[in-house]
This record gives sequence, structure tokens and C-alpha cells, in this order.
Amino acid sequence: MRWKTLLAVTAAFLLTGCSASGNWGWYVIDPTTPAGYTNIKFLLSGFGATILVSVIAALLSMTIGLIVALPGMSQNRLLRWPSRIYVEFVRAIPLLPMLFWVFYGLPVVLKSIGINVSIDAFWGAIITLAISDSAFTAEIYRSGIQSIAKGQREAARTIGLSYGQTMRYVILPQAIKRILPPLANQFIYIVKMSAFASVIGMQELTRRANELVVTEYRPLEIYTLLIFEYLVLVLIISFFVRWLERKMGADESR
Amino acid sequence: MNTADQAIKIQGLNKWYGDFQALKDVNLEVVHGERIVICGPSGSGKSTLIRCVNSLETHNDGDIVVDGIAMKDEASINEILSEVGMVFQQFNLFPHLTILQNLTLGPIKARGMAKAAAEERAMKYLERVQIPDQAHKRPSELSGGQQQRVAIARSLCMEPKIMLFDEPTSALDPEMISEVLDVIIDLAESGMTMICVTHEMGFARKAADRMVFMDQGEIIETGTPDEFFSAPKTQRCQTFLNQILQH
Repeated sequence: MRWKTLLAVTAAFLLTGCSASGNWGWYVIDPTTPAGYTNIKFLLSGFGATILVSVIAALLSMTIGLIVALPGMSQNRLLRWPSRIYVEFVRAIPLLPMLFWVFYGLPVVLKSIGINVSIDAFWGAIITLAISDSAFTAEIYRSGIQSIAKGQREAARTIGLSYGQTMRYVILPQAIKRILPPLANQFIYIVKMSAFASVIGMQELTRRANELVVTEYRPLEIYTLLIFEYLVLVLIISFFVRWLERKMGADESR
Repeated sequence: MNTADQAIKIQGLNKWYGDFQALKDVNLEVVHGERIVICGPSGSGKSTLIRCVNSLETHNDGDIVVDGIAMKDEASINEILSEVGMVFQQFNLFPHLTILQNLTLGPIKARGMAKAAAEERAMKYLERVQIPDQAHKRPSELSGGQQQRVAIARSLCMEPKIMLFDEPTSALDPEMISEVLDVIIDLAESGMTMICVTHEMGFARKAADRMVFMDQGEIIETGTPDEFFSAPKTQRCQTFLNQILQH
């Protein structure tokens, strides 16, 4: 049903575009013409950067998230507080200001403490997306681990397992099934937010679209394609998430 | 009583949850091989008391000595945990592991036993609770009664000297209660020291050496099942027995 609707909408766009109404001018990205072919190649070549930035940022975010989440569940306040402060602080910063700060501000801060590195758009985007998202992944880990019934921990304790053994053999294998689907959802969020990297000049999907709009003056067609580019990307991930959920769900009921 | 005979000694135990006092100056001594049944209205502190014995709950003051080991630091608690098995109302089996893995996890990881030896021991106890044929299934494939018997076998795999039962049949369908109680009675007859919190009074008459009645965090009365059921000494106990035995 969903696919049919999608096809219908796509067809409607294309048909209106091909009609002589004058509102649409698909020639700009018509691959059968040399100019259109060059344009569409230019636009589609943004996929690589979008995917690469998203994947690296997501992996970093999952790692930072776990490192932040584990002490956040400690009974010890000195361990718990830094984790809580990190989550509350990072979660409160909008992505775009953080991106500006990392790209323009962080090199200055680093230089003032003697570290002389320049942060290019690629790494600026990755650092920003990873940190911004890590506050959310930390919360996903926390809720997943805490959703495992207290009785499991108690049973593990009564058969002599240590804290580490309890986590490794009892809690995490069960929690992972609840953590993975929302974590994968978070990946979709990263893919979409990576569009912000266009403002610091990273050559990803959105940036390419913007640049072509400036030269071709065909925002409607180019941004329509852009939206479909993200749609395809997200649908692929979505499909994978569903598959993962089914697999996990089946495991749990086994 | 010779102190060497003492399996558990609880003295002056007090516990608060905020302003609420869950246990009030509880004193209880259990000798080796003794079977104690604790009963009382809900919220009377029965579960809290036995959960203090294996330190699943902390207590505010008082002393607990288990098999001559005084509960004080982490090391002594671990020592006590290795002597005490516990069976929970909600079974608390590990759902992601098979029955056999549930039973061998403790012996292999906590005690460093070889896998083959741990599995041999697990099968021995599964036979004892009469479900060796379920060894390779997951907990969710078993009935409630079977799950609770697995939970009992899992505790026995750690070869404890003392077993604690926290309302072991309260989460079971009525037709499955007796299969679990039979296993516990079998265990009682083998000389295992046990404390059982339960509302199953028929079971208590059959299996208990001593009844303990609690109300509002206090031990109100103790006695042999005969004394307890035929001639309760206190009004509160009389009222409780009337309420649960009238059907």
C-alpha cells in the first residue's frame, strides 16, 4: 500500500513536470541530455559524503553514548552526575549553533591550549553530529538496560555472579534487543541532520543541490530530487530497521 | 542451643523505607536442617526479612549471621551468598538462555566449574525436579510450574546449605501449585535448611518444623504447626488464620 502511494506521488510529480504547464522544468536533471546528465551526476555524487559522514558519526555516537550511559546508572553520585550533566547540556544545544561552534570556534579553543589543528567541514560535521546525537544514544542505552527487570539482577546475584558478569551474561544480551531498534532509528536522524553540514561547505547532498540551484535557477526540481534522495536513503535504513526489529522480536519470543 | 548448630541468627533487625518501618526489632534463630514457614498479611515484612538474609535488601541496624559468617562487608556478603539459595515469586529465569544454560551459568562463571561437570550437575538437579527432558528449551516454552521447578534446580546447582523461598507458588495457576510444593517437600525431607514465605497452609502443616507469624514488620508469634494452627496465642494471628482458612 505504502509503495503504491509513493509510486503514485512520484508519477504525479513527473507527469506534471513533463506536461507543458511551464511550472516544472525537469530538463535541468534529465539524464538523456548532456547538460542534465552532468547535473544529475553532480547531485547524486553527494550520496557518498552524506553516507560516510552519517556512518562515522553514528558509530562514534554509539560509542560515546555507551561510555556516558554506564556511569549514569551507578549508585555513586560522583560517577552519575557528570553523565547526567553531559546528557542535559548536550541535549539542549541545537545542532546548527553547535556546528558553527565546532567549525569556527573549536579550532580557536584548541589553539589556545597549544593544539594546532584545523577542522575541515568533513570532520566538523562528524564531531558535531556524533556529540549531539550521543546524548540521545546514552539515554537509549540507559532506558534499555534499566528496562530489564530488577529480578534478573537479583537472580544473577543469588547465583554468585559479579556486577561485570551480570552485565555481560544476563543484562546486556537482553537489553541489546531493546536498544538496537531505537539506535537504528537514531541513525535515520543523523542522516537527515547531516544536511546541516552543507552550511559549513561540506559537499554532501544538500550542498550539491544548493550549488546547482544557484547556477541553474531551478529550485523546485532540484529540491524535489533532493527530498527523494533522502527519502530513498531513509527508506533503505527503515527497511533494515524493520528487519532488525522482526529478527529481535522473534528472538525474544523464542 | 549450640552456636555450631545455627544456620541463621538474626538479632535486633530494623529496616526503614524512608519513614516507614518495614522490620521492627526482628529476632530469629534457625538451626541446621530446620524448616521454617513465615506467614502473615501482605506488607508485613515477610519477604523483606528473607531478602535481608541474602542481602538483596540492606538493613538499618541489627546483626545477621549465616552459618557462622557475620554479615558486614562485601567479602562476607559474597561468602554468605554462596551458602544461600533463593527462589523468587516471579521465577526470574534468564529468558535468553536455555534451561541448561540457566542452570550452568552460576557454576561455570561464578565457581569456575568445567562445562561438562556443570552440565552433569545441572542434569542431576533437573532430574530431581523431574524435568530433565526440558533441558534444551527456553523458559518461555515451559509452564509456570515447570519454570519454578527450574528456578529451584538453578539454586540447587550452587549447592547451598540454606534455601530461601519467597512466595514460590503465588504467581502460579492453581493446578501447578502442587507440583512445585512436592519438589519443596522433597527437598525439606532431604534435610535442607529452609525458610519459606508462603500462604499455602496445607503445605506449611506438612513441611514446617516451625511457623513464624509476622504482622506490621514484627514477629508476633512462633510455634510448631500443631500449636500454631490449633491454638494461636495472639488475637492478630487468630484473625489472620480465620481470614485465610475460611474458604
